[in-house]
Amino acid sequence: MQIDHIDRKILRLMQVDPGISTADLAQQAGMTVAPCWRRLEKLKKAGVLLGKRVVVDRRALGYAVQVFLRINLDKTAPNAFDTFLAAARAVPEVETIQTLLGRVDIRMDVIARDLAHYQEIYKTQILALPHIADIEALMLVS
Amino acid sequence: MSADLDDTDRALLRLLMADGDMGAAALGAAVGLSQPAAWRRVKRLESLGIITGRQLELDRHKLGYEVVVFLGIKLAAKGRVGLEDFERAVSAIPEVQLVQHVLGVYDYRIKVVARDLADFERILRRRIMTLPGVGEVESNVLLSEEKSSITML
Repeated sequence: MQIDHIDRKILRLMQVDPGISTADLAQQAGMTVAPCWRRLEKLKKAGVLLGKRVVVDRRALGYAVQVFLRINLDKTAPNAFDTFLAAARAVPEVETIQTLLGRVDIRMDVIARDLAHYQEIYKTQILALPHIADIEALMLVS
Repeated sequence: MSADLDDTDRALLRLLMADGDMGAAALGAAVGLSQPAAWRRVKRLESLGIITGRQLELDRHKLGYEVVVFLGIKLAAKGRVGLEDFERAVSAIPEVQLVQHVLGVYDYRIKVVARDLADFERILRRRIMTLPGVGEVESNVLLSEEKSSITML
């Protein structure tokens, strides 16, 4: 599907205010409700607009600590990536796993209730993952 | 710190994290509540600050953004250029999707989207390298990503 500048404008307005009503959206995009609604339907059907996701504050759920791990793998080991990823997927506190091209091979987001909990996860689960050559941690401040 | 949430609250959060467009009727049906009861629970989660907002999910490939790069940035002149100046300038770059202040080998971690690598190079040279106080910059191009947010619940 062809996405024109009006579609992009609509999406930009929705990014700023995901809860916006179609009526307000149409007005701000400079059109009436019916064509605006048709464009939204078209964007949904084409899979451009996938939907909305609720953002949850992990701190309010009792997870105060978030650490980003930057990991380099020992690439001399056969299937290092696949073996590592399969094992990392099984650690429940690992929220995101990214494969990267650059100085770092893998990046993972780990959440924990507090620093003591993090340390336990790090010692018993993260360091036990296969083929780690080097690991660095960044802790989220804000 | 942690609000007292019961299993129904957690089930509602799980559903909403997967599909934020679900209405109170559908949510209620899924967890065995009436529509008004489900609506009240969602409102409560919002007022407790557990649901902080909603985020639009877009297919970036279909919008022509093929490249995602994570940058680790070290500030060169700490103190002289305030963190706030840096944060304000970096947040104003339209291609920057996420700015995180971190402790460790870098000071900031930012996520940049670009149409292709040439476009990323332009953003890096013209916008990132010219930021106030920017020191060392490391780029890592995203190849693949997998997420799961179920643990918290």
